[in-house]
Amino acid sequence: MIGQSPLRIFIAHAMLLLGIVVVAFPIYYTFVASTQTLQTILKPPLPMLPGDQFWNNYGEALFGGVGRMGGVSVGRLLLNTTIMALGIAVGKIFISILSAYAIVFFRFPMRMVFFWLIFITLMLPVEVRILPTYKVMVELGLIDTYAGLIIPLIASATATLLFRQFFMTIPGELLEAARVDGAGPWRFFFDILLPLSRTNIAALFVILFIYGWTQYLWPLLVTNSNDMNTIVIALRKMVSFADADTQWHLVMVTAMLAIVPPILVVVVMQRWFVRGLVESEK
Amino acid sequence: MATVDLNEVKKVYPGGVEAVKGVSIAIPDKALCVLVGPSGCGKSTLLRMIAGLETISAGTVAFDGKVVNTIGPTERDIAMVFQNYALYPHMKVYDNMAYGLRNRGTPRDEIDRRVRSTAEMLELSGLLDRRPRELSGGQRQRVAMGRAVVRDPKVFLFDEPLSNLDAKLRGQMRVEIKNLQRSLGVTSVYVTHDQLEAMTLADVLVVMNGGLVEQSGAALDIYERPASTFVASFIGAPPMNLLPLVGGQAGPALGDGTTVGLAPAGAATIGFRPEDADIEFGTDLPSDALVLPASVEAVEPVGAESFLHCQAGGGRIVVRVAGRTRVSVGDRLRVVCVAAKLHWFDQAGRRVG
Ligand SMILES: Nc1ncnc2c1ncn2[C@@H]1O[C@H](COP(=O)(O)OP(=O)(O)OP(=O)(O)O)[C@@H](O)[C@H]1O
Ligand SMILES: [Mg+2]
Repeated sequence: MIGQSPLRIFIAHAMLLLGIVVVAFPIYYTFVASTQTLQTILKPPLPMLPGDQFWNNYGEALFGGVGRMGGVSVGRLLLNTTIMALGIAVGKIFISILSAYAIVFFRFPMRMVFFWLIFITLMLPVEVRILPTYKVMVELGLIDTYAGLIIPLIASATATLLFRQFFMTIPGELLEAARVDGAGPWRFFFDILLPLSRTNIAALFVILFIYGWTQYLWPLLVTNSNDMNTIVIALRKMVSFADADTQWHLVMVTAMLAIVPPILVVVVMQRWFVRGLVESEK
Repeated sequence: MATVDLNEVKKVYPGGVEAVKGVSIAIPDKALCVLVGPSGCGKSTLLRMIAGLETISAGTVAFDGKVVNTIGPTERDIAMVFQNYALYPHMKVYDNMAYGLRNRGTPRDEIDRRVRSTAEMLELSGLLDRRPRELSGGQRQRVAMGRAVVRDPKVFLFDEPLSNLDAKLRGQMRVEIKNLQRSLGVTSVYVTHDQLEAMTLADVLVVMNGGLVEQSGAALDIYERPASTFVASFIGAPPMNLLPLVGGQAGPALGDGTTVGLAPAGAATIGFRPEDADIEFGTDLPSDALVLPASVEAVEPVGAESFLHCQAGGGRIVVRVAGRTRVSVGDRLRVVCVAAKLHWFDQAGRRVG
């Protein structure tokens, strides 16, 4: 690095620490709240240190509180959300890598038209097209199904564009070498393009998984039965209008639990794509 | 294993760029044909049409007399070595070499045997488990060669395979490629813009310019009898000295007024190679020689030889003299070239006589 003077190092670390505090404090505070009794939470100020209700609260939320969330266990909610987030992430990657492959490596009539069509959908996020999409889902009978949760969200112009950008950096010679080596379009895709895209796929997967995990509006619309709720929707339903009716300690526990899977994904995938980067840098 | 015949091959790129304007070349079996020419003259385009990577706009490419215009690179059974090697970055050296064979459904043990013997031949045996990134430029070059050799194809195609190597390694690899090609006996087409590479490698040398063949034949024949001023200045280093002739009252003369009595009819340019000229201090000169008064502008000693850059005959010329020279900048002397070593070109740059 340039300029390793102690002052600079100090400033750099101070900035980083400040950043961490800003990001981490709300999470820490949620965790503190999740280990208190309801009474403590309702009586401000909330202590700065965790309380003694950790096992009670987490036990109740995970195993006892079925009644409170409309007869659905936290486990079921986490499962629903995981299926949706995985479906969205995998679906988006699958569709966008194939469309980028077609657009970059094949010459077909109206290629640029298709490219622009995909590009234009960037201007049409779910919120904009929500009513027609909802109508279609109703007519296809996909309300309260995983398909209904996932399919409308898996088209992705952003991911397509990212893959397109990456594919365009692949030298033409590599494609030609593969052709000379007798690799047809599928072989080239599976044997060469896919392995080379590994780190991109890993990074995108993380981003898209979290995108899927935090979906709110669409799951709210397309699920009626509590069985099919995602954890984000359930959290919202746990908070009632009257402050005193809300089981705040359990809301905090559920919020903490809702953070865990995305963190796991980040940790696991990060190792994966860092390894990929290191390998290809050698 | 194959003859390659190009007949009036043309390439027009979409957008109207005419990159190759009608090229005919016959390459005998087992021969190494070198396409040489300046940047943008269509060498790569021509090679890629032979490979089947580029469509042919007009004319035919035939292997062993069979037209292959419409079939792809795989069925043409060619192997190609690319300028930037184009190794598969995520595959080990072994897999890079085995990939083409696997795609052809060659049995595993056969693949293994061929990859290992090729690696042996190219001194890659110790590198089979490395990835391309872990290799030096020269080693990558060898792997690219290995990937072509292991397939045992009908035709090898090389597109400037040595241009990314340093001068010394380039010299070594040049010799190796020549030996390899000769011992395998595979018909090859080799593209380069380096005239030294072209001269030393070629069985058939093809000099291209602006999408057309300027001259083709054996390297030394082209060197000795260049068909045009373009070829004369492209083949040979330093290039041939070319001086324009102007018609005077006393017959053709050079820019500085020196009359040239030897000029054949129609000659507009006189040419002689730096190594065919000599400097002369004395007075007894051969009668049928070109004698030019010259003043030395620069001296380049290279060790075994020295190059004298002189102002003479209304232009700049280079004279090669053996070893060290006593000549120094500013000296006035005479440059002599015997008539047999003079080349004449007409107004259009075509050879005369
Ligand atoms: N895909 C293409 N589309 C349009 N024009 C092209 C294309 N590829 C090459 N050309 C043009 O065709 C001509 C010949 O190109 P080519 O690559 O064959 O040259 P080259 O002799 O190999 O040059 P170099 O020594 O620089 O590699 C050039 O004028 C180039 O601009
Ligand atoms: Mg080229």
